[in-house]
Amino acid sequence: MPDTPLHLGVLLDGAGRHPAAWREPQARPTDLFTAGYWAELVAEAEQGLLDLVTLDDTLGLQSADAFALDPRTDQVRGRLDASMLAARIAPLTSHVGILPTVVVTHTEPFHVSTTIATLDYVSSGRGGVQVRVSGRAEEAQLFGRRTLPTDRDELLAELFDEAADAVEVIRRLWDSWEDDAIIRDAATGRFVDRERLHYIDFEGRHFSVRGPSITPRPPQGQPIVAALAHRAEPFALVGTSADLGFVTPRDTADARTTVGAIREAQAAAGREAETVHVWADLTVVLDDDASAARDRLARLDSVAAYTDDARVFAGSPAELADLMADLRTAGLSGFRLRPAVLPDDLRQVTRGLVPELQRRGQFRTGYEASTLRGLLGLPRPADRYATVVRDRAGSTR
Amino acid sequence: MSRRQMHLAAHFPGVNNTTVWSEPESGSQIEFSSFAHMAQTAERARFDFMFLAEGLRLREQNGAIYDLDVVGRPDNATILAAVAAVTEKLGLAATISSTFNEPYEVARRLASIDHLSGGRAAWNVVTSWDKFTGENFRRGGYLAQGDRYLRATQFLDTVMTLLDSWRGDEIVADKATGEFLRDADAGRFDVHVDQFDIRGRFSVPRSPQGRPVVLQAGDSDEGREFAAASADAIFTRHGSLEAGQAFYADVKRRLAAYGRTEDQLKILPATTFALGDTQAEAEERGRQIRRQQVSGQTALRFLEQVWNRDLSHLDPDGPLPDIDPLVVDGDTPRVSQGRAADRMYRDPLATAREWRERAAANNLSIRDLMTEVTSRQSFVGTPSSVAEQMERFVEQRASDGFILVPHITPTGLDEFADKVVPILQERGSFRADYTGSTLRDHLGLAPLDARASV
Ligand SMILES: Cc1cc2nc3c(=O)[nH]c(=O)nc-3n(C[C@H](O)[C@H](O)[C@H](O)COP(=O)(O)O)c2cc1C
Repeated sequence: MPDTPLHLGVLLDGAGRHPAAWREPQARPTDLFTAGYWAELVAEAEQGLLDLVTLDDTLGLQSADAFALDPRTDQVRGRLDASMLAARIAPLTSHVGILPTVVVTHTEPFHVSTTIATLDYVSSGRGGVQVRVSGRAEEAQLFGRRTLPTDRDELLAELFDEAADAVEVIRRLWDSWEDDAIIRDAATGRFVDRERLHYIDFEGRHFSVRGPSITPRPPQGQPIVAALAHRAEPFALVGTSADLGFVTPRDTADARTTVGAIREAQAAAGREAETVHVWADLTVVLDDDASAARDRLARLDSVAAYTDDARVFAGSPAELADLMADLRTAGLSGFRLRPAVLPDDLRQVTRGLVPELQRRGQFRTGYEASTLRGLLGLPRPADRYATVVRDRAGSTR
Repeated sequence: MSRRQMHLAAHFPGVNNTTVWSEPESGSQIEFSSFAHMAQTAERARFDFMFLAEGLRLREQNGAIYDLDVVGRPDNATILAAVAAVTEKLGLAATISSTFNEPYEVARRLASIDHLSGGRAAWNVVTSWDKFTGENFRRGGYLAQGDRYLRATQFLDTVMTLLDSWRGDEIVADKATGEFLRDADAGRFDVHVDQFDIRGRFSVPRSPQGRPVVLQAGDSDEGREFAAASADAIFTRHGSLEAGQAFYADVKRRLAAYGRTEDQLKILPATTFALGDTQAEAEERGRQIRRQQVSGQTALRFLEQVWNRDLSHLDPDGPLPDIDPLVVDGDTPRVSQGRAADRMYRDPLATAREWRERAAANNLSIRDLMTEVTSRQSFVGTPSSVAEQMERFVEQRASDGFILVPHITPTGLDEFADKVVPILQERGSFRADYTGSTLRDHLGLAPLDARASV
């Protein structure tokens, strides 16, 4: 059993991950577009001492068809912009990390950077982002500015290359204000020391961004950047650019291979000394009675056929804890659980799984930090531009 | 007695010299607690909305970042979504550029804020177009000056098409029958105009207001026409009674051509204020604030913005320079970059002439003159005098209300809320309490029919 702390997050999406979730007795499908619905879910996650929640999002309307809009009327359709939702929830909570999913294809890295910096301010240091690419033709048409390659390999290479550039820009902008740039020096009349504001001068294949940000460096310095990764290109993105990768192993051996691929990319990017978390995603249907959980999943599946990119687990919290212990030996530092039904399976996580893990001495019994970086064991990083100033000032370092 | 009702909004202190940052009580311009404080003060005083300005590149002058004013702001939409969590009725107005965004993402954000605030979202559509700001964006964003209202008009229309793509009755969510959507085509849109060629299905169901309240801030003929056609309120710099009346008449006159009535477009000038227990005390306070707002250095920077030259060698307490302003065409970078207000002086040579005469006639130094010419409409006096002055503007059709610009973050509205608002309420010129829950309700705008534009 690894003795590093176990981290836990949940993915929140609509009425739950399962397409039949909205028809369950506890589901509140008509409340999906209200702040109150999400506030209760995130408060529940915080009650369970979870590290973070991710708020799922896509640019376009949901579709069961991976390549086109579908005409279905029997599943949840419509959602709120996850960044706005994250900001709306942040002031109502005090410890849990909040990561909206943000698409970095088509969108402006400058806006993404200031949005997440602002989320970090309104949450007092609990902000982050799960970056996502969009390769769907019908999503490109929502912006109408670009035709994506049709060849799949070419497409993925382009999208993830662009995503890495976007994260680079987002991060440089966060550092473009040194922490002490605001001086309010009444004697000289200067509000900022412009020597501590930096142009980022990024020039890449997809965009150029001059900087500096319009937003001062956020409380965490660098909010958390996460990405979901299923194959080589996103593994590389996690290794080079992210603090946290969500992966979808079928079993422990698969997890080991995936973690290995990410560590390789991390080393190739010269980031061996940094902590890059790799968590496994699991979709969960939980009940104290394992067979009741399996029956429930069967019932859900009979209402709506369902396959997920992540492994689907149905059983008791204790069984799940066993599975997690086994998977962790592959080098995973945590899990992002995707409740199949909300709020039912979220409550099973916070009120069933978490106490079980605590009994086993594997999970925190109180929040030990007030920032998300703190919860993830990451120090507040130095500003990449700060040394320049110290050198110029002629200090000895 | 039924007095003409006024509307009131609070401008969160911005990044220009109106905001005084050197006072001991000046707080953070970026921490959430500052936004929460001002919003809660505005809501306590039953204001219509809180307003946030936007600038997407830090201002520069003489090739360096401008450091004399407050610098650094959050992302507007994100802050307002958070402010929705700590307020219940207050309208939330975000300035969002129509140049450096795409309609689909702006529509998503606005519809989401409207849902998350229970119908309190407003959007100030600005047409900033400079190449300088464009350097921060993928699209570059440079528009020929004449194209910016074309883009703004098409941008606004497209956002409205997206928002109207859901009527509001599509979600059935009948657990028993398994019907979630009534309409398999909900959210469908198709827009093919010069600036935008987009189609698909919009992802956010219809929000409580249907559309956010639309504000416009722009002063040219095209800007006024744009407002008359499409805006619910105008944010203007025309503050004095006479200038306000002229602007008011001009804009309201344009409405009929669009089949709109005068009460469908509110005119809200930006105004500052200074209060005191006596008129003399208030005036002294007002003078002090102006001295703080226009330091010698700031005065020189203002002069440079019009002269379009580096004038840092001048003495701010001395006379205006003999050299004339440097006139360049609209595409040539100026000594000052990233300021919308630079466009206020369209004929710098004429401005210089006029200022020289004024300085000579009144024996004014650069700083004295700049303090005069950059002053905005300001209500100065005892609380009851200020209340009366404001009522007079509204009664005499110089405005439908005001966007108040406090000079201190975040407590600059407190005194106004505590002392002036109760008088306005007692005199019956401002609401004693909210009567509705949406911003449209506060502004007295009729609820929208779904698909109003189709
Ligand atoms: C009162 C007022 C406030 C404005 N606020 C902003 C702002 O916050 N951000 C911005 O980019 N432009 C702002 N503008 C600039 C306008 O959107 C517009 O770009 C500028 O006034 C030029 O348009 P015009 O020629 O129609 O006046 C403001 C203009 C006015 C008059």
